[in-house]
Amino acid sequence: MVASRAVGSLSRFTASRMLRCPGYICRNFTRSSALLTRTHINYGVKGDVAVIRINSPNSKVNTLGQEVHSEFIEVMNEVWSSNQIRSAVLISSKPGCFIAGADLNMLTACTTPQEVTQISQEAQRMFEKVEKSTKPIVAAINGSCLGGGLELAISCQYRIATKDKKTVLGSPEVLLGILPGAGGTQRLPKMVGVPAAFDMMLTGRGIRADRAKKMGLVDQLVEPLGPGIKPPEERTIEYLEEVAITFAKGLADKKISPKRDKGLVEKLTSYAMSIPFVRQQIYKKVEERVRKQTKGLYPAPLKIIDVVKTGIEQGSDAGYLSESQKFGELAMTKESKALMGLYRGQTLCKKNKFGAPQKEVKQLAILGAGLMGAGIAQVSVDKGLQTILKDATLAALGRGQQQVFRGLNDKVKKKALTSFERDAFFSNLTGQLDYQGFEKADMVIEAVFEDLSLKHKVLKEVEAVIPDHCVFASNTSALPINEIAAVSKRPEKVIGMHYFSPVDKMQLLEIITTQKTSKDTTASAVEVGLKQGKVIIVVKDGPGFYTTRCLAPMMSEVIRILQEGVGPKKLDSLTTSFGFPVGAATLVDEVGVDVAKHVAENLGKVFGERFAGGSLEVLKQMIAKGFLGRKSGKGFYIYQEGVKNKNLNSDIDSILASLKMPSQPDVSSDEDIQYRLVTRFVNEAVLCLQEGVLASPTEGDIGAVFGLGFPPSLGGPFRFVDLYGAQKIVDRLRKYEAAYGKQFTPCQLLVDHASSPNKKFYQ
Amino acid sequence: MTSLLTYTLKYLPSTSQWTLRFSMRPLSCSSQLRAAAAVQAKSKRTLAKPNLRNIVVVDGVRTPFLLSGTSYKDLMPHDLARAALSGLLHRTSVPKDVVDYIIFGTVIQEVKTSNVAREAALGAGFSDRTPAHTVTMACISSNQAMTTAVNLIASGQCDVVVAGGVELMSDVPIRHSRKMRKMMLDLNKAKTLGQRLSLISKFRLNFLSPELPAVAEFSTNETMGHSADRLAAAFAISRLEQDEYALRSHSLAKKAQDEGLLSDVVPFKVPGKDTVTQDNGIRPSSLEQMAKLKPAFIKPYGTVTAANSSFLTDGASAVLILAEEKALAMGYKPKAYLRDFVYVSQDPKDQLLLGPTYATPKVLEKAGLTMNDIDAFEFHEAFSGQILANLKAMDSDWFAQNYMGRKAKVGSPPLEKFNIWGGSLSLGHPFGATGCRLVMATANRLQKEGGQYGLVAACAAGGQGHAMIVEAYPK
Repeated sequence: MVASRAVGSLSRFTASRMLRCPGYICRNFTRSSALLTRTHINYGVKGDVAVIRINSPNSKVNTLGQEVHSEFIEVMNEVWSSNQIRSAVLISSKPGCFIAGADLNMLTACTTPQEVTQISQEAQRMFEKVEKSTKPIVAAINGSCLGGGLELAISCQYRIATKDKKTVLGSPEVLLGILPGAGGTQRLPKMVGVPAAFDMMLTGRGIRADRAKKMGLVDQLVEPLGPGIKPPEERTIEYLEEVAITFAKGLADKKISPKRDKGLVEKLTSYAMSIPFVRQQIYKKVEERVRKQTKGLYPAPLKIIDVVKTGIEQGSDAGYLSESQKFGELAMTKESKALMGLYRGQTLCKKNKFGAPQKEVKQLAILGAGLMGAGIAQVSVDKGLQTILKDATLAALGRGQQQVFRGLNDKVKKKALTSFERDAFFSNLTGQLDYQGFEKADMVIEAVFEDLSLKHKVLKEVEAVIPDHCVFASNTSALPINEIAAVSKRPEKVIGMHYFSPVDKMQLLEIITTQKTSKDTTASAVEVGLKQGKVIIVVKDGPGFYTTRCLAPMMSEVIRILQEGVGPKKLDSLTTSFGFPVGAATLVDEVGVDVAKHVAENLGKVFGERFAGGSLEVLKQMIAKGFLGRKSGKGFYIYQEGVKNKNLNSDIDSILASLKMPSQPDVSSDEDIQYRLVTRFVNEAVLCLQEGVLASPTEGDIGAVFGLGFPPSLGGPFRFVDLYGAQKIVDRLRKYEAAYGKQFTPCQLLVDHASSPNKKFYQ
Repeated sequence: MTSLLTYTLKYLPSTSQWTLRFSMRPLSCSSQLRAAAAVQAKSKRTLAKPNLRNIVVVDGVRTPFLLSGTSYKDLMPHDLARAALSGLLHRTSVPKDVVDYIIFGTVIQEVKTSNVAREAALGAGFSDRTPAHTVTMACISSNQAMTTAVNLIASGQCDVVVAGGVELMSDVPIRHSRKMRKMMLDLNKAKTLGQRLSLISKFRLNFLSPELPAVAEFSTNETMGHSADRLAAAFAISRLEQDEYALRSHSLAKKAQDEGLLSDVVPFKVPGKDTVTQDNGIRPSSLEQMAKLKPAFIKPYGTVTAANSSFLTDGASAVLILAEEKALAMGYKPKAYLRDFVYVSQDPKDQLLLGPTYATPKVLEKAGLTMNDIDAFEFHEAFSGQILANLKAMDSDWFAQNYMGRKAKVGSPPLEKFNIWGGSLSLGHPFGATGCRLVMATANRLQKEGGQYGLVAACAAGGQGHAMIVEAYPK
């Protein structure tokens, strides 16, 4: 970095350079040869416009790392020092990606906040030079423009973006537990206004091009092109470049003004923001909301507010300084390590490590048009999969079809789809009551009621009509797949696909393989799941697989805690303040009391005392009274249509009172209650890895966070053990074991990790 | 492209006499030589097929095509269609009761005359025993009317059919909003005062905002000009090229008009106004003037402008189509045969206007002809950019292989045979009526120039296209 800057400064002393560095002279004369020497960034000159192209080798995306940074400085210095060049265009040669953000490895390699702060400051300095450039620079954006990419784009004088679905602008740093550390916190509020900037930086949401244009984040839009003299993607980038060049020229000739006409609303907002009192109110409001939503578990959002405030109230110098310092501090927090780990894990779980299946699944059939079946259908039809939805009765089928339609129509209302696209997608769905067309199915996913004999019945029925290559997948949350496959003529084609409700919102798909499941069947299931937009973990078959198995002991403890006299509201607040998105009692209601009982009973039989804790009787009595949770309108809470605040179901009190268990004061503090729940979860997760149900800690973390709502701030059970310390967890488990018994006995792998502190799940 | 254009432009004004022009052809340049040679050696002597009736066009007429909002602005569509029908009756002297069937094409329908063919036929004094129907297929509606006529004759259902098209863009159906319509319909059904009042109480001011007929493609919500601009960009066609082509169209149309070549135009006495005798959209300008215009669709950097697009037009056209033996029995000297035709369709988003590219090779193959066999090309000019994109696409092996599933390109038509009496850009484009104009221009050109085969092609909204081979009737 330093070296390259030295080279850059050299270039200004033309005469001396000629003497000292002959290699460098050549560059000036024949630019094209100079292009070949750099790996990430090259440029060519068209007329008087430098076209700077970013294209990191061997990668689908461009990221801002050390090499890119130094090459960029090198190129920019040449652009600035050349007399021939009057303006520049910054563009990516990769379809679908401008710059996806900073290189995370660069940040995780740092060991002290100071190192990270330094990286931030170098980027700040560079982007400041870009911002102050007398030669206008136009950012031509096609594809993702995120994090550092956006920060670079907004330091340019002008931005042109393609109106493509892939073009998304955003500051997702907060989702990684950090903040925009290259001037973003300072420039964004000036560009789009403080409220919009807070929204972008605090939610990390991606903004589509047309919205970005309205917000003033980009200045011009370019429509993506269809086929012409070249493939559409290639020609679109070329066209974007051509358009950007005309604007760069226009800016250099002062024919186009980089300043944008503001609308009335914008003018009013910016006027309001000039009043200190209003600003203070906004900071206060935003901070309040953040505190409420994060429950103090995530430091990044508060620091973002703080840095923005510093910049506005004390000037940009103070702002930049604060930004880089806070950036350094945040990058070292456990939370950011946890979140970055999740981000990496998510990326890993979006790949098919089983390779391409022999036959692509084009025709899907789903049995059962219930909540799950229809949900699976919805995420399939909008990806272009031909889908048959079969149920036994017209009423049930109609309900399922309506669910799919409503799901798609909601997207129309949000303008994510046009009504025409909705209709086209909906026509991929065939609703029927018989097995017509199953002879052409490539995969059948059954989502019928969780009853082994029923599953056996449909499996036999289906196998009578499907072709040989067709995969039979069972969407079950607890029934072992090998028991389902027991009646199959072709067990190598049977697999488990455990979706989570609501299917269109929950990202996770847990795929369960038996010993007989063939690799190609697994590859097929993963391929379909990926097409449906899922994050996928592949686990071995066993009672409860991975997710249900981890959840069950925690649920058992939930019942126990309720029996000990802790109210559902209190329990909910304890769990959400620990970072669970949904309170524990509410979760039982959401899952369904009957389902919870069913699972607890089944797994209890297999795992015996390790799943002990609460009494099954509580659930049984609830079911007897018809308190099945949300679906029946009553569970621990009362659910009414249109009523947002839910009230406690007072009828539960008598059940809990009659089954009351003594609470033990030394393990019943608020913190103890939280840890009793979490340690049982973590212990079971680690046991799953120990037993080989899980293939890797990464999949364990992803499954727990995306499927079960394990606190993302902790990064998942395995990351939690690494960051919190295995010894501390074992200590807690031992303490609870002494009080309650074997359900808290730490598993061997956890004990191993505790006894040798160097052992980590993530090295 | 540019050089070809300027060549044609320079070449045409200098040879005002067509006879002179023909005699000069072999001398002027080598490419012309090849073209001249092709005239003599066709792949096929005729496209007549055994056991199939020959179908002929006796003649065709059209009202002058006028810019919307000018002399026709107070008329209704069937008035214009009536004028075309009367003109045809007058031109061909066909006895009204001989006509077996009447078909018209139209796009934006006047709700009162949704079967405009029938209303116009009755008004024009055709027998009330002659059935009539209306077809719609965007800009190829009257092509569809003609091919429907061809099918009726070929299958032996009819012998004499009038096909035509009409469009009146001066008036379009602007509706109440759906909410307002719903309230009005409910009010109709309301029985008591209470019901009526409760309905009226639901009225909101925004109910009054009108609903305009969509100028956008329904499936993609994109206006056609916008799509044309993207198409031009996809084929890397510059603004200058588009302006040059538009100028060519206007110059050629002007010349054709001045020389009286647009013989299909019949004068129309507009009630309460002067008699309209010629098209009023032909306005040759200069490239400098055209360069001043701002882009009309993709602002501020697009390339499609008002000057290089076809304009909103009012007009009607009609042709008389007969079985050959019937025509001869009635003592007619037909102008041309209508031969093979195809309809194609493709992606309405990115290839909305590429119909001619897809249809041309297909119809040539069907007829067993090659590009060299064609003496007169008449392509519908929706936009300069669209025409130039089609020419480039037809000349691209890459496009043919990757998007059309063909082994090789069909080749682009030589410009000296292409729309040389002007096109939709200059003559105007009443959506429903353009198809008949294209066929008559082809027939008249073949008669005039002595060529044998002509090719008509057009694109249409919805991503559809059409092409037809017209064969000159031997003299």
